[in-house]
Amino acid sequence: MSRVTLLALQVLVAVVCIALWQFFSSVPVFGKVLLPPFFFSNPVDVFSQIVKWFASGVIWKHLAITLWESILAFVIGSVGGVLVGFWFARQPLVAAVFDPYVKMANALPRVVLAPIFALWLGLGIWSKVALGVTLVFFIVFFNVYQGVKEVSRTVLDNGRMLGMSERQLMRHVYWPSALSWMFSSLHTSVGFAVVGAVVGEYLGSAAGLGYLIQQAEGVFDVAGVFAGMFVLSAFVILIDFGVTLVERRLLVWRPTVDGRG
Amino acid sequence: MTTPTAVALEDAKVAFRLGDGRVYTAVEKAHLSVAQGEFVAIVGPTGCGKSTLLNAAAGLLKPAAGSVKIFDRALAGLNRDAGYLFQADALFPWKTALDNVAIGLEIKGTPRAEALPQAQKWLTSVGLGAFAGRYPHMLSGGQRKRVALAQVLIRDPKILLMDEPFGPLDAQTRQVMGNLLLDLWNADRKAVLFVTHDLEEAIALADRVVIMSAGPSSRIIGDWRVQLARPRDIFEVRLDKEFHALHREIWSVLKDEVMKGYAQSTQAAEAV
Repeated sequence: MSRVTLLALQVLVAVVCIALWQFFSSVPVFGKVLLPPFFFSNPVDVFSQIVKWFASGVIWKHLAITLWESILAFVIGSVGGVLVGFWFARQPLVAAVFDPYVKMANALPRVVLAPIFALWLGLGIWSKVALGVTLVFFIVFFNVYQGVKEVSRTVLDNGRMLGMSERQLMRHVYWPSALSWMFSSLHTSVGFAVVGAVVGEYLGSAAGLGYLIQQAEGVFDVAGVFAGMFVLSAFVILIDFGVTLVERRLLVWRPTVDGRG
Repeated sequence: MTTPTAVALEDAKVAFRLGDGRVYTAVEKAHLSVAQGEFVAIVGPTGCGKSTLLNAAAGLLKPAAGSVKIFDRALAGLNRDAGYLFQADALFPWKTALDNVAIGLEIKGTPRAEALPQAQKWLTSVGLGAFAGRYPHMLSGGQRKRVALAQVLIRDPKILLMDEPFGPLDAQTRQVMGNLLLDLWNADRKAVLFVTHDLEEAIALADRVVIMSAGPSSRIIGDWRVQLARPRDIFEVRLDKEFHALHREIWSVLKDEVMKGYAQSTQAAEAV
């Protein structure tokens, strides 16, 4: 299937969904409106709300805050995950000792941490960053840990026979292997950085997309809630596209990413 | 005239501890020496411990008894005089062909600016001058072996250890690679220890063919000198009368071991 056809079909899905939504929220079927505007709003209202946000420029501040929180959460979580993942993989004793605690911490639903972070770090961006970090850290950590442990035995032996010292093995074998695993989880970890930021904002903040949605919900402004959701989805798709570009550059050597090349 | 001995295994025994606590002896009392400039091939049935012996010479495994001497000095740790060509893919997948070859020099501290042109030269001499920018996954199995060969040879090791290096390749590619290896080896005649399960390949390449018995506790049971003239062409040499005579002679010994090895592996399977 050509790219144009595919894109046309993808757009068609959106058009049909929005048309049905508009129809059922404005035209009574058997004397009854199936999607009452109070609960479901309608596409026209949602769209005009989005236009209003962009026209007045209010939205940029909120987008910038959410973006900034996501970036910080991603960077801090990734650096932490890489360092600890490396350390655990190279020191099996440490890994064995901490294993139950890592599992415990990872099993904890992060939402319950949000109030604690708000208490510790205030209602500014850092409580949201902290929430994002707890999500990103574990994804990166598990991947790097796996990546370092599963370095091919032959490649490792080859490095040794070529005369590599422990430090050179680190740099030329363990490090690239670990990074490749980290990058393979890039989409997930970036996504979770955004989730952390938005959920944190939703639970208590003064700015950001999550705040916008929460405010609209507080006054039963369903159009505002939907508008916030649409802006958030577009935001995530844009970030994901950026990640794909980065990934293509960094993982050229991997057959899976660029199979046709 | 005495040529120095490059590799000497003296009554080497290599054993592994199995998961259930038993000890598995792979190789028993192996006595083998490779002179400088000599090409020795080790042939034996599957699972006879040929690779184990090679790993002992490389220092990747420590013999349980006996000793390994490299140029008359007992081997401690890894064998720094040896280059090792692995059976499986051992290239660094995140480096291009050129970087994979250059790394051999960079490890020794050669500046990258100096290492790269030399790596390019080596790539050209293994016939891959135009593929410098490719990553391993973009190369065929034979091309990857060529890169691996360049990666090992650029360090100019005194000894070459090869573990069924052409095993995964198809028959034609193997012969082409064999000829390439002989050409490169002819230039400076390093000591080579070459492990293979293919007797024809062994005779075509080597100065000496060593036969091992079926495992476990396998031993070296035969040692033949190959008198075929050099330089050899692998395609031609297989048609030689002497080649056939030698092949028949060695095969008569090897055949029993292959059957024994096969019987053991099927029995083991039945026992499970």
